[in-house]
Parts: sequence; C-alpha cells; structure tokens
Amino acid sequence: MTTPVSATPTSLEPQPAPRLYRNAHGRVLGGVAGALADHLGVRRGYVRLAFVLLAGSAGLGVLLYGAFWIVLRTRPEDGAEGSARYAAQYLIAAVGVVVLLINLHTLPLGWWFVPSLLACFGGALLWRQASETERERWRRLSSSSLAAGAADRMGWLRIIAGVTLVLSGAVFILARAGISAAGAGLAAVLVTAGGLALITGPWWLKLMRDLSTERRERIRNEERADIAAHLHDSVLQTLALIQRSADQPREVARLARSQERELRTKLYGSGAPNGQFAAALQAAAAEVEDTYAIAVDVVVVGDHPMNARLEALVAASREALVNAAKHAQVTSVSVYAELASDSASVFVRDRGAGFDPARTDPSRQGIRGSIVGRLQRQHGSATIRSSPGQGTEVRLRVELE
Amino acid sequence: MSQDSGAGRATGDPGADSPGRPRVVLVDDHAMFRSGVRAEIGAALDIVGEAASVAEAIAVIRHTAPDVVLLDVHLPDGGGPAVIAAVLPELPATKFLALSVSDAAEDVITVIRAGARGYVTKTISGADLTDAIRRVADGDVVFSPRLAGFVLDAFRDGGVPGSPVTVTDPELDQLTPREQEVMRLLARGYSYREIGAELFISVKTVETHASNVLRKLQLSSRHQLTRWAADRRIV
Repeated sequence: MTTPVSATPTSLEPQPAPRLYRNAHGRVLGGVAGALADHLGVRRGYVRLAFVLLAGSAGLGVLLYGAFWIVLRTRPEDGAEGSARYAAQYLIAAVGVVVLLINLHTLPLGWWFVPSLLACFGGALLWRQASETERERWRRLSSSSLAAGAADRMGWLRIIAGVTLVLSGAVFILARAGISAAGAGLAAVLVTAGGLALITGPWWLKLMRDLSTERRERIRNEERADIAAHLHDSVLQTLALIQRSADQPREVARLARSQERELRTKLYGSGAPNGQFAAALQAAAAEVEDTYAIAVDVVVVGDHPMNARLEALVAASREALVNAAKHAQVTSVSVYAELASDSASVFVRDRGAGFDPARTDPSRQGIRGSIVGRLQRQHGSATIRSSPGQGTEVRLRVELE
Repeated sequence: MSQDSGAGRATGDPGADSPGRPRVVLVDDHAMFRSGVRAEIGAALDIVGEAASVAEAIAVIRHTAPDVVLLDVHLPDGGGPAVIAAVLPELPATKFLALSVSDAAEDVITVIRAGARGYVTKTISGADLTDAIRRVADGDVVFSPRLAGFVLDAFRDGGVPGSPVTVTDPELDQLTPREQEVMRLLARGYSYREIGAELFISVKTVETHASNVLRKLQLSSRHQLTRWAADRRIV
C-alpha cells in the first residue's frame, strides 16, 4: 500500500553530515586528532605529535586544532562528554594559549592579535557548545533559547565564558582602534555584528536543523495517530459486529463493504465529497449499499462540478438503484457514468428479475415517474430497457450546455 | 508449494495438460486469501503452485510452467510487475491475470503495461474468477468494468488538461470509435455476447477489439497515460 500523502519538502533541509566526526571515546582534548587519524588511517599519536609540532611554529597547530574543533561534530551516536575530561582539556588549552603568547613577538599585527584570539576562543567555546549531540534535549526545547544545551552547570559556565570572551575581545579591538570617527563607527558596527553572529550563530543553525526535523516528525506522528484512531474507532468496531452477526451473511457483507469503502476513501482519497459529480454519485451509491445491503460498483469517466442538472441526475440514479435493490432480487448492481463536455449519462444495470415495461404495475409507474419526470424538468431524459429474466438497464442523461 | 487436492479429481502429474482445466499458480502474500481462492476455484482449475513473494513466485513459475498466473499487484519484496518482467521473457506462453484490493489507477495501469492480460479486484466471486482465468488461458483479455473505465478515461481527448501529448504513433495513441463503444459497454457491465448483440458484430470481433485495446494500453508511448494514472491519486 502506498499513501498518497507526503510531507511537504521544507526549504530547511538538514545539513549533510560531515564525513569526519570527532571521537568521544579515547580522546584527550576534543577528539580532533582521533577524527583525523581515523580519516587518514594513521595512528592518533602521530596526528597529536603533528599538532604539537605545528603549535611550536607560531601557534599554527593550536589555531588549526581550534578550527577543527569548531567545525567537526561529534559522532551522532556518541553521548555527551564525561566531565572528568574537562580538567585535562582546559589545562591543555591553557598550555596552548601560553605557547601562543610566547610566540607573540613573531606574529604580525600583534596589537589586535590577543583580543582577536580572545574573541575567537570565546566563539569557539560557544560553537563547541552547539555541536554537542544532545538530541533528546533539543527535541524538548520547543522554544529554542540561547541556553539551548545548557542544561548542566558546565554548559552555563561555557556559555558565560564564551560571551564574556567575545565581548571583551570586541571591546579591546574598539579601544585599540586608533582610527577616524567614521572608520571607528564602521569598525564598531562590524565588530558588534561579528560578535552577535558568533554568539547567536550556533543557536540559529540549531534552530533551523531542529525545526525541519521536528516538522517531519510531527507530520509523521499526526498521520500515525490519525490512522491508529481510525483503525481503533471504526475497523475494530466493524470486526466486532461482524463476529456478532456471523449467522447473517447479508449483514456481514454489508458491514464489510461499508468498512472497506470507508478505508478506501481514507487511503485513496476517492469518494470524499468535493462538490464534484463523481463523488456525489459515489456517495449516493454508498447510501443505497448500506440501506439495502447490495453491492454497487461505480465506474465514472470524467468529472464535472455539481450543478442543478447534475443534482437531478444523481437523485434519479439513486432512485434507479433503489428500484434495482428492491425489485431485481440481485446482490450487485453496476453503475457507469460518463461526463462529456456537453452532456452527462448514467447507466444503472442489474442482471436480476427484470420486468415488461409495457405492463408495469401502478406502484412502479410512480417510481418511474419520479425518475423520468425529475430529469425532464432538467432538460434530460430517461429510458428503461428490461425484459423478464434478462435484467434491467436504466439510462439517464442530461445536457450540460 | 502443495499439490492440488481439489474435489476428488487428482491430476497430480504436473505435465498433464488436460483440456479445459488450465494450470494455475497463485501469487499472493496473504495465505488466508490464497486458501480462500483455492477453495473457490480449485474444483474447476488445477492449482499447481502457490507463492507469497516475488522471489518465490519466479521460482515456482519456472518450475511448474503454468498456463495462468493469478498475480497480486502488491507483494512484500516488490510488486506484480517485477514477477512479470522476470518470467515473461523466458516463458512467453504464460498468461498473467492481475488481482488486487487496490482501485488505484496507477496500480492497474502499471501492471497491465508490465504485461498482464487482465485485471480483477479481490471482491470478485469465485465463479467470475474461474471464468476470467479460463478466458485468459484461452488467449482472451479480461476487462473488468473498472479497467474499461480507466482505459476510456486515459484515452480521452485531452485526458490530462495542460499536458503536452507527443503523439509518436497516432495509431497506438487513440482508440477507434468502435473500440470506444466496446469499452463503454464493458464499463456498463455487458458481457462479450451482449456487446456483440448490441453492436451487431460477432463475439470474436468483440474479443479482437478488446485485445487491440489492451495492446494499445501496453504499447502506447504517450506519457500522458502514466501521468494520468499518477494524477488520479490526487483527485
């Protein structure tokens, strides 16, 4: 079975997962070395050594490591990190900063380097905070806030530290910028915007990712609940009834048919009233099916919005069906309707007892009058073809022009 | 896989080609439905095998080489069309009659275009199903009223508004007036005999028209047909 319902594609597609994942297991600092080692297929020790050596050369290793730390996400199946590692991490981070400061005199543009470094470091802390894979926590955060992922004290500390560092870096830069007023204004705006982007960036990214996953989840859950509710209410109910009326085959058939029709409407969306002729005719047929416990097979070619003439055609078709159900002594009737641009025809056919139209008894005359008369008032016509033992076919037609 | 134990007429020998008793394989993933069908048609036909999946069906059909395969459109590891595609090239004499609970135009059109010679729904009575299988075995096609309705709808002039029709072979891409009349009467529930009487033609001619329509349905290149079928879901 396929369901025609599909979730509308969102413009907020989740980002493709990076090929490199930071390793939460067996890491010393951020798992960056482990990730690179796994990716390149070399031993972790060598990668760590390379970072240390590069750190010696003007702090390049530290910067690289920091960059990787920010960009790489932890492997989705890994949980949040154990707090036992924090001490080691911060110690090593401090060593990195000291190494950088020692190398300071060899770096160009020393005057903005330290503040920038502070700002970057703060930013890194914030972005790290965002890249933690704490999915179940994210789902709870229907109102995503800046404090996302700050459920523990450590998280709060990191966020506060990050914001402080970014802001102080910005302030330092502004304080040291000995430039003209216009330039200073521009610099201030730029630095502020940069700082804001750094502080709120992770939150925006996370918000977008969360929104699209949540929307998909919600649609799926709603569908599931909808189907479950329907099965519970209607199908189980019917099955119970069928068991109770197992000794009345006609009733069982009627129950099963109406349940089947309902499910079909749900699955294929056919037969739901929509102001069109086909649905109206199917609804009339369904009504007769349920009332008289016969099967009505409806085939419709083409369709047309309902109007007075088509209303009359549906009513007349219903009348013809009731006739067949009452008098033909059959278990099934077929209905074929065809809508052209200028006319609509319905054929109601049974293979039942039939009768001689020339010698009809008065009671049936009345019903025929209600079919024929009804259509004639709407510029239509009805003809009946029947003979005893050969079944009956009622042909109904209205002009649409 | 089990041998037919139907109605005291043991045929047993899978090679025996008794005239009038087509050899049938049932392919459906619901065991309950298979046993129901077996109970209803087993007396009149030889059921030589059963299968519940595409892979099983292919193996059973290769092994038994039946006249007719009664094929469910939806199977767990694929669909009826996959079975037809795998078997028909090596056993071109095998006829497929599709059977489904679905009324979705897409399902019907897909399985017919794959090579099925007819389509009936699972609510069909035992007698009608037996008759349909016999007719398919005899080389006829089986149009249920619903399938006839789909065909008329799909081949209507401008069936899908606003879709460009690239007519590569006009002969294949439309029905002749006569074929349309035959399809209309089929949709109205007429038998071949009644259609012949109505149109003053022989039953044989009615059969020919029906076969030609099926061929057009299978070979028509108008992508309108597939698109039309897909669009029918979203009415």
